[in-house]
Amino acid sequence: MNVETIFFYLLGAVFVGSALMMVTRRNPVIAALYLILNFFCLAGIYLTLHAQFIAVIQILVYAGAIMVLFVFVIMLLNLSDERRLSEAISFKKIVAGGLSVALLLELLYIFVYRKTDLPTLNAERSIEIGTVESIGRHLFTKFLFPFEVTSILLLAAIVGAVVLAKRRLD
Amino acid sequence: MELQTYLLLSAVTFIIGVVGVLARRNAIIVFMSIELMLNSVNLTLVAFSAYLGDVTGQMLVFFVMTVAAAEAAIGLAIIIALFRNKQTVNLDDINILKW
Amino acid sequence: METLVADIWRSTPLVLLTLVGLIALLVEGSGKGRAAAVYWISLVGTIASFVLSFLSLNTEEAAFNDMILQGGYAAFFGMIFTASAFGTLILSRSYLRRLHTERGEFYVLIVFAAIGMMLMASAIDLIILFLGIEVMSICLYVLVGFLRTKLTANESALKYFLLGAFTTGFLLYGIALIYGTVGSTSFRAISAAFPAVSNQPLFLLGAAMLVIAFSFKVAAVPFHMWAPDVYEGAPTPITAFMSTGTKAAAFAAFVGVFLGAFQIAGSKLSEVIALAAAASMIIGNVVAISQSNLKRMLAYSSIAHAGYMLSGISAANREGETGILFYLATYTLMNLGAFGVLSWVEQKDDTKLTFDDYAGFSAQQPFLAALLSIFLFSLAGIPPFAGFFGKYYVFLAAVKADLTWLAIIGVLTSVVSVYYYLRLVMMMYFQPGGATVEEPPAQMAFIAVTCAAILVVLFGIYPSLIVDLTKEFLNI
Repeated sequence: MNVETIFFYLLGAVFVGSALMMVTRRNPVIAALYLILNFFCLAGIYLTLHAQFIAVIQILVYAGAIMVLFVFVIMLLNLSDERRLSEAISFKKIVAGGLSVALLLELLYIFVYRKTDLPTLNAERSIEIGTVESIGRHLFTKFLFPFEVTSILLLAAIVGAVVLAKRRLD
Repeated sequence: MELQTYLLLSAVTFIIGVVGVLARRNAIIVFMSIELMLNSVNLTLVAFSAYLGDVTGQMLVFFVMTVAAAEAAIGLAIIIALFRNKQTVNLDDINILKW
Repeated sequence: METLVADIWRSTPLVLLTLVGLIALLVEGSGKGRAAAVYWISLVGTIASFVLSFLSLNTEEAAFNDMILQGGYAAFFGMIFTASAFGTLILSRSYLRRLHTERGEFYVLIVFAAIGMMLMASAIDLIILFLGIEVMSICLYVLVGFLRTKLTANESALKYFLLGAFTTGFLLYGIALIYGTVGSTSFRAISAAFPAVSNQPLFLLGAAMLVIAFSFKVAAVPFHMWAPDVYEGAPTPITAFMSTGTKAAAFAAFVGVFLGAFQIAGSKLSEVIALAAAASMIIGNVVAISQSNLKRMLAYSSIAHAGYMLSGISAANREGETGILFYLATYTLMNLGAFGVLSWVEQKDDTKLTFDDYAGFSAQQPFLAALLSIFLFSLAGIPPFAGFFGKYYVFLAAVKADLTWLAIIGVLTSVVSVYYYLRLVMMMYFQPGGATVEEPPAQMAFIAVTCAAILVVLFGIYPSLIVDLTKEFLNI
C-alpha cells in the first residue's frame, strides 16, 4: 500500500463518518461543523482524482461561503436550543429508511457486479483536464452559454433572498 | 484506486443524505442533508469525468456549486421569513408540512 | 465571434426576454414607486417574446455549441410560457394592489421564471436542462413565499423549497449516471448511444431518477404530495402560473428527454411512466371530489391532468407528442382563466374559496359565471371545448401504442371528474345565494380572461389550428 492509497482510505472513512455524524446530531451548529469537515474531506478526495481546481473551489465555495451562511443563520435565529427539537420515530420514517436501504443495495450491486459497464481510468487525460487552464478554456468556449445562464440564476437568487429576508422593505 | 470505490463512497453518502432528509424534522438539518446529497453527486461526476477523460463532468460540478449557493441563499431566506412569523424551524410544528 | 452573433439572432425570443427582465430590474432599482413601470415593461417583454417565438416556429436550429435548440419545439413552448407569464402578470397586478403589497420584484421574478422555462424547453444538453429547471424553481420558491408576513405562504414556500431541492438531488444523480454510461450530456450523443446503453442497469437507474425528478415537477403520483399545500398557500396568480407555465415547462423537459433523447417506446421506462399516469389519473380525480377548497380542488385536478398527459409520453409516438403539445396549450388557457375568475371572487384574507361561496353567482355576475363555466366544462373534457380534444389525442395515442387499458382508465376517470367540475357550475346556477365579486375586475385582466375563454371555444371547434403548428418538432 502506498501513501496515496492510505491517504485516500483515511479521507474516505472520515468523509462517510462525518456525513453520518452530521445527520444524527441534535444541535444544528455541531451538525454544520461536521458537514464542513465532510466538505474538506471531499476536497481531498477530488485531489486524488487530479481535479485540482474543483478541490480548491470546493473549499472556497462550499466550506468557505455556503457553510458560513448556514452557521450564520443558525446563530442569528439562535437555533442551538435543543429543547425545541423533537425527533420521534414513526412508521413513515421506517418506510423511508427501508426504501433508502433498497436504493443503496441496488447501487452497490450495480457498482460491484456490473463493473464492466464502467469506463476505465484515463490517467493522462484526467491530469490534463483538472487544471485551472483547462477548466477556464472550456468554461469560456464550449460552456459559455451555461455560464451565462448561471448569472441569471444568481441574480434571481439575490433578488429573491432580499425580498424574503430583508428586515424592512423600502 | 478503482472507479467503483469512488462511486460507492458517493452512493453511501448520497443515501445518508436521503435518510437525513426523510427522517430529520429540523428544517436546517434537512437542508444540510440536501447539501450533502448534492456533494455526493459531485463526487460521482468528478470520478466519471476523470475516468472518461472528459471535462463535461467537472463543468457540471462547477454549475452544481453555483446552484447550491443560490439555493442556500433562498432556502435560508425562507427559513428566516418563517422563523420571524412562527419562531420555529421544527417541521412538526408547521401545519401543512406533513409529508 | 460571428457564430456567437448568429446564435444570439437565432435565440431572439430568449435573449429579448432576458434583456427585458434585466431592464425591468434596473428600473425597479432606480427609485421608489417604480412597480407600475416594471409591470408594463414586463408585459411588453412577454408579448414581444411571444411574437418572436411565433415567427420562429418553422425553423429548428441548434445554437451555442449545441446547447439549445431554437425555434420549432422551443418556440411552441415559448408561446405557452410567455402567454402564461402574461396572464399571470395581469392577474398579479390587481391581486397585489388589493393586498397593498405591490412590488416590482414580483414581476421581475415572473419574467425570470419564464426564462428558466424557455431554457428547459430548448435544452438539448442535460446541463442546460438542469440550469433551466433551477432558474425556474428558484424564482418560484420566492414567488410562493412572497407574502412573507403570511404564515401559510412561509410554510408552503418552505415545503416547496425543501422538496424541490430534494428532487434536484435525484435529478443530478440521474444526470451523473447517464453521463457516466454515455460519456456525454448532449441529447444527440445520448440518442446515438441509447440502443447500446438502454439495457445497462446503471443507465436505467439514471433514467429512473430522472422520472422521479420530472414526476415531482409535473406533480404526478406518487410525487404529488406538495401540490395541494403549495397551491393553497401561494398567491392565487402564482398558483395559476405554477399549474400552467411550470407544468408545461416540466412536460417540455420530460418529453424532450424521454421522447427526444431516449427512444422509450415499448421499454420498461414506458411501463413505469404508464403506471404513474394511471395512478395520477385515479388518485387526482378521486381525491378532488372530496375537496371543499377550490384551490385544492384545482390542485388535485391538475394532478389528474398530469396523468392524462403522461399517458401521451408513455405511448411514445408522434400522436402522443402532438397530443401533449395540444393539451398543454389549451390547458394553459383554461386553467389560467379559471384561476383568474377565482382570484376576483377571492377576498383579501384567502376567504371565499369554497363551493358554497359561489351560490347564486350567476344571478349577480352572469358574464363571469358563464366564463368560469366554459373553463370548467373544458377542464372536464366536454365537447365542443378544447379540453375534449386534448384528452382525445392523448388517449388515441395510448390506444395506438397498445396501452388500451391506460386509455380506458383515462376515460373512466374523466367521467368521475365531470362530477366535481359540474358541482361548481350547479352551485353558481341553481343554488340560491348572493355570491359576487367585491370590486369589479381590472379591465385588462377581464379582457385577457375573456380572450382565453374565446380561444378555448375556438380551439375546441378548430383543433387543427394548433395541431398543424406541431408537425415535425424535436429533430435532435
